[in-house]
Amino acid sequence: MTTPLVEMTGIVKRFGGVTALHGVDFAISPGEVVGLIGENGAGKSTLMNVLGGLLQPDAGTIRIDGKAAVIRSVAEATAFGIAFVHQELSVFANLDIAGNVFLGREPRRAGVWLDRARMQKDTAPILRRLGLHLDPATPLAHLSLAQRQLVEIAKALSLQARLIIMDEPTSSLTLSESERLRTIIADLARQNHAVVYISHRLHELTACCQRAVVLRDGRGVGHLAGTELTHRNLVRLMVGRDLPTVPTRRLAPPSAGGLSVRGLRTSAWPAHAIDLDLRRGEVLGLAGLVGAGRSEIARAIFGIDHPRAGTLTLDGKPLRIRTPTDAIHAGIALIPEDRKLAGLVVDMSVRENTTLATLPRHTQHGLLQRVSETRATATAITELGIKTASGEVVTAHLSGGNQQKIVLAKWLATQPQVIILDEPTRGVDVGAKQEIYTLMHRLAANGSAVLMISSDMEEVIAQSDRVAVMFEGALAGILTGAQITEEAVMELAVGHVPAEIAASNL
Amino acid sequence: MSHVSLLSIHPTLAERLSPWRRELAVLALMMVVAVVLALISPQFLTGQNLQNLARRIGMNGIFAIGLGFVIITGGIDLSVGSLFALLGILQCFFLVDWQVPWWLALPGILASGALLGLGHGLLITRLRLWPFVVTLCGLLIYRGTAQFIAGNNSKGFGNSAGFANIQAWLTGEFAGVPMPFWIMMVVAIVGGVLLHATVFGRHLYAVGHNEEAARHSGIRTHVVITLAYVLCGFTAALSSILFAFDFGGITPSNHGSFYELYGIAAAVVAGCSLRGGQGSVVGIVLGVILIQLIFNSVNLLGWDTSLTFVVMGVVILAGAAADSLLVRPKR
Repeated sequence: MTTPLVEMTGIVKRFGGVTALHGVDFAISPGEVVGLIGENGAGKSTLMNVLGGLLQPDAGTIRIDGKAAVIRSVAEATAFGIAFVHQELSVFANLDIAGNVFLGREPRRAGVWLDRARMQKDTAPILRRLGLHLDPATPLAHLSLAQRQLVEIAKALSLQARLIIMDEPTSSLTLSESERLRTIIADLARQNHAVVYISHRLHELTACCQRAVVLRDGRGVGHLAGTELTHRNLVRLMVGRDLPTVPTRRLAPPSAGGLSVRGLRTSAWPAHAIDLDLRRGEVLGLAGLVGAGRSEIARAIFGIDHPRAGTLTLDGKPLRIRTPTDAIHAGIALIPEDRKLAGLVVDMSVRENTTLATLPRHTQHGLLQRVSETRATATAITELGIKTASGEVVTAHLSGGNQQKIVLAKWLATQPQVIILDEPTRGVDVGAKQEIYTLMHRLAANGSAVLMISSDMEEVIAQSDRVAVMFEGALAGILTGAQITEEAVMELAVGHVPAEIAASNL
Repeated sequence: MSHVSLLSIHPTLAERLSPWRRELAVLALMMVVAVVLALISPQFLTGQNLQNLARRIGMNGIFAIGLGFVIITGGIDLSVGSLFALLGILQCFFLVDWQVPWWLALPGILASGALLGLGHGLLITRLRLWPFVVTLCGLLIYRGTAQFIAGNNSKGFGNSAGFANIQAWLTGEFAGVPMPFWIMMVVAIVGGVLLHATVFGRHLYAVGHNEEAARHSGIRTHVVITLAYVLCGFTAALSSILFAFDFGGITPSNHGSFYELYGIAAAVVAGCSLRGGQGSVVGIVLGVILIQLIFNSVNLLGWDTSLTFVVMGVVILAGAAADSLLVRPKR
């Protein structure tokens, strides 16, 4: 075999007391497409950030073209021919395509003036190579998400990148766009570029990679190539065991009451009216691709956004919800998707966050009672197993799992009848994940209606009693019992309606 | 870290003090300035100088506390100095030109301040305008209006017929301490309780740190923010009445110029962050005292008064730099 383009050996990375990578090896040769997979927190991004110059390893070596290399910054990574296409696109909507491709290294005339003509002339052939038939002067604001992604790749190519790292490149693409991207990746490989493909979508990895490296808890746990590269093997390596086949599901009797959503039209998808029943005593999973309109429903129910139309009833009684305050009074809680932006006030302490939604309960004659707050916080810390030195610790210092538990504690204090969890385990470690699931099921068992929005397929399949799937703003279908399979959810999520399901509901 | 016992939930003394580090630092600096001043200037410890100092601390402290509420929400109010000119002119019109009884005129001034604050708050929360822009426009509009309605002339209180007693009371002393200082103490205690011991106060901090998370927690963020501007307008009006009586007249073109900046500086030097979410009433009062001490020392030491701004700027900058370099190098 030829010398690998990049060879990483024994990479160790620690963040404070936490070791994110325990001596990971990774290698890739020109012309190869290598998948990198693992659960959230397995260390995929950390490993690639080391390669991309964003993080410095604490131990281990990197060899590029067989020669030892130190990558201290993104600029140095670029000089080595390594380009990183991030999950959150880092393109600028206010610039045109050429402006994005040449951002930060714009050619100039007379040392001062932007040489737009040259930027456009140099960008055009790259766009053609990617099958993007657009004028380089098109403002990025006019492009779809998929096209913006290609602009990122164009930028990598114009940097003469030999290795392109793609982090979850399809997470916001439609199915046909994803397929198009796969052809482009295959073309790049034929032109001797190396591609690292990070994805959670196992079928994409099996379809477009020659090899896959699996990480679990910061360790390389397996290396699959050729015929070994199967869905089942990937899952087994990722979670370290075979997944339980069919979980037992509850099914609440239809008369159990709960929150009924009728004719809800969100401003993001005004063309589609949503009817949804959140029954007391069950966990309803809400699946779909990113941007399918799931969070919008949650935000509309909770009074954050104002829907165009629609009614809500709880146990048959109509609700009038115009603000989150109304929703809380009605017994609804929302654990939002973006924990740091909307879930927590990260600069406040565990105590201040835990009591934030129930402060009036901790007052006497209008004055806050610190003792009462401290006691409630101590109870929450013990009950949810929040790992913190004290209730006065600022929540920014805690791990994602503990932060999420504090958000849960805040909402459990309101004793919600309806609880909506939007991506409840994103960025949460495996142990805390299980605790969150247990809590969710306990809430359902105690008679609350639970809506779990999740993009994590394993989570949707394993934790839901029923699964509603959305596609482009509409409810594509509801799966129950044995219908709940990864394939069925995926089909609905990309807009195909499996025949048996089409017949059995809606 | 394993499970936490109930005992360790209670904070240690160090944990309790660490949020107050800025206040303690300003307190220390304040003492140093006072001691040095007492040693080198024989006039510093005279009764008249101390009374004057206390009077100025009182008048500046009252509105700085209200301004601090706004800064804690992450906002700013640049209009305070111009508000002093406008409300001061109004005070002259009410009491002298229109002979409105003081017990109607003075509450009217307070209500006007609160009402203009309400306007700021509504423009900021309902129209989603930047606090900087709204109150910058306030700065221009109020100053211009004051000049216009006064015909660009100074106005005084004449012979104070009908309100001489109240003017004397508000500018006088009680138990040897100037009345404005007592009033500031009352405002500080009420403000301190409001900010540190009520649901509204906690909501102010939450909104200042993260408005979105506050809204998601059921806090009526618009109401909380608007109320902060109302309180700022109200305390500014209270200060305005005292300034007007103390000065005995209003020159609309420069009355109160830059005063909002003294208030902002006082708040910032003792721990308010302009990003919001931080600060305390004690800190703001200490900040006001420090800034008035600086004014006083420049006067007493006979330095050129134009150096006042330089000294003030250097002290605040040094404080911010020390805080950033010594206390927060963890990142």
